[in-house]
Amino acid sequence: MDEALIRSLIPDVLGILRRRGADFMAAEDAVQEALIEAIRAWSTELPQDPKGWLVTVAWRKFVDSARADTARHRREERLADDPNSPSATPTADDTLQLYFRCAHPSLTPSSAVALTLRAVGGLTTRQIAEAYLVPEATMAQRISRAKRTVAGARFDQTGDLATVLRVLYLVFNEGYSGDIDLAAEAIRLTRQLADVADHPEVAGLLALMLLHHARRASRMTSTGSLVPLAEQDRTKWDTSSIAEGVAILQSALRRDRLGEFQAQAAIAALHADARTTAETDWPQIVEWYDELAQLSDSPIVQLNRAVAVGEATGPEAGLDALGALNETLPRYAAVAAYLHERAGQLTTAARLYAEAAGKATNIAERNHLTRQAARLNTDLLG
Amino acid sequence: MAKYLMLKHYRGAPAAVNDVPMDQWTPNEVSAHMRYMSDFATRLQETGEFVDSQALAAEGTFVRYDGAGNPPVTDGPFLETKDLIAGWMVIDVDSYERAIELAGELSAAPGAGGKPIHEWLEVRPLLAVPPTITE
Repeated sequence: MDEALIRSLIPDVLGILRRRGADFMAAEDAVQEALIEAIRAWSTELPQDPKGWLVTVAWRKFVDSARADTARHRREERLADDPNSPSATPTADDTLQLYFRCAHPSLTPSSAVALTLRAVGGLTTRQIAEAYLVPEATMAQRISRAKRTVAGARFDQTGDLATVLRVLYLVFNEGYSGDIDLAAEAIRLTRQLADVADHPEVAGLLALMLLHHARRASRMTSTGSLVPLAEQDRTKWDTSSIAEGVAILQSALRRDRLGEFQAQAAIAALHADARTTAETDWPQIVEWYDELAQLSDSPIVQLNRAVAVGEATGPEAGLDALGALNETLPRYAAVAAYLHERAGQLTTAARLYAEAAGKATNIAERNHLTRQAARLNTDLLG
Repeated sequence: MAKYLMLKHYRGAPAAVNDVPMDQWTPNEVSAHMRYMSDFATRLQETGEFVDSQALAAEGTFVRYDGAGNPPVTDGPFLETKDLIAGWMVIDVDSYERAIELAGELSAAPGAGGKPIHEWLEVRPLLAVPPTITE
């Protein structure tokens, strides 16, 4: 069964129920129930009209629950009389509004992520819970609270596209690689958003995701060790994903409305363009980091810029750039260790790698930095 | 979104403000304490922040490998061991600040005299998965 196909139908199914007059809370619950039933029922054979099937089942679920709710009885009965009225076809704008609602600024990032994955992404609560390693009951509560928060939200004006993009970025970037491929889901949802929201930053984010996803096969060894960009086997990079990302980025940049995601994608594209680390156009990457620094106050940008300066001009220049930054920034020690090693200061580098390992926020990075320290210490002693 | 471990110590943490051992509380005070802990966990389930909670027996055994063909060596408990974990709660929250806020609430659990224990809880971030985008 093609779960990606089912998922792609979910926003429309939800849109149809909404068009028929169902409120967001009840409609979303009904669609989730229909989705779970579809996963079960379609395991052997796909129905002829999957969307029609989902709409029928979801509508039945909705009407059942509305009937059970006596306070709403009369109103929903009337709605149920004419489920096929011409206005019952959702538009691209309905889909866009759904994105806005699920990433509403009143939601915390984790709530917005969970709600987006369920209501727009068509994932089940269990799948989302497994992906983020929390109990299903916890995730169910997180989602229902999020729904209550945005149930009454009105969308008279354009929603906040930046918030939507931030949520999709989080799904892509912090996606745990469990059974559900959250990175692929994030790409699918961003692609779907690009169909209904014509904005260069949407394109920029999609390009950024495609360019990073292209390196997926080379980012880890078979045993799960992190492989830094400079050491990745570039023949494993997905060239069609790179080509698509570059094309999308170029057309976005031509519109001359630069944003954070386009600038990040431009940096990723320059890496993708180099057949070897040595062929990387570091001076241009530094220029893009300068652009990015104008658009984002993220300290990560400054740290990465210092690395790029180190490659473009030399490790001493990189260390100078680093020296202007706050030592308490996350990954500061890791960047310092790298630049000191490049500058030939191996004892300092070894100490800093060990310090950075102690501060790492994920296991793969900690192990990588520990190995770097061990490598230098072994050389120094030998 | 990050997971934190809130660690409760039998021994090894600095002394609590209301530092009366539990066996010297009244039965009602013990019950009130348990109810507070369970209400706290329930509330975190409702906010969608609860991951796990476990309590540990006070006594354990140290075990080590003793070479091929030999059974593992067991020893202890070592009463001189300074640090002894009583239990933990794992939470999944949006920020470090939120983790600290929740640990503060948990530390306010009532003890002797029905007054907050003000016990020291250790908050430790769990190591996560690496982000996709790093440069």
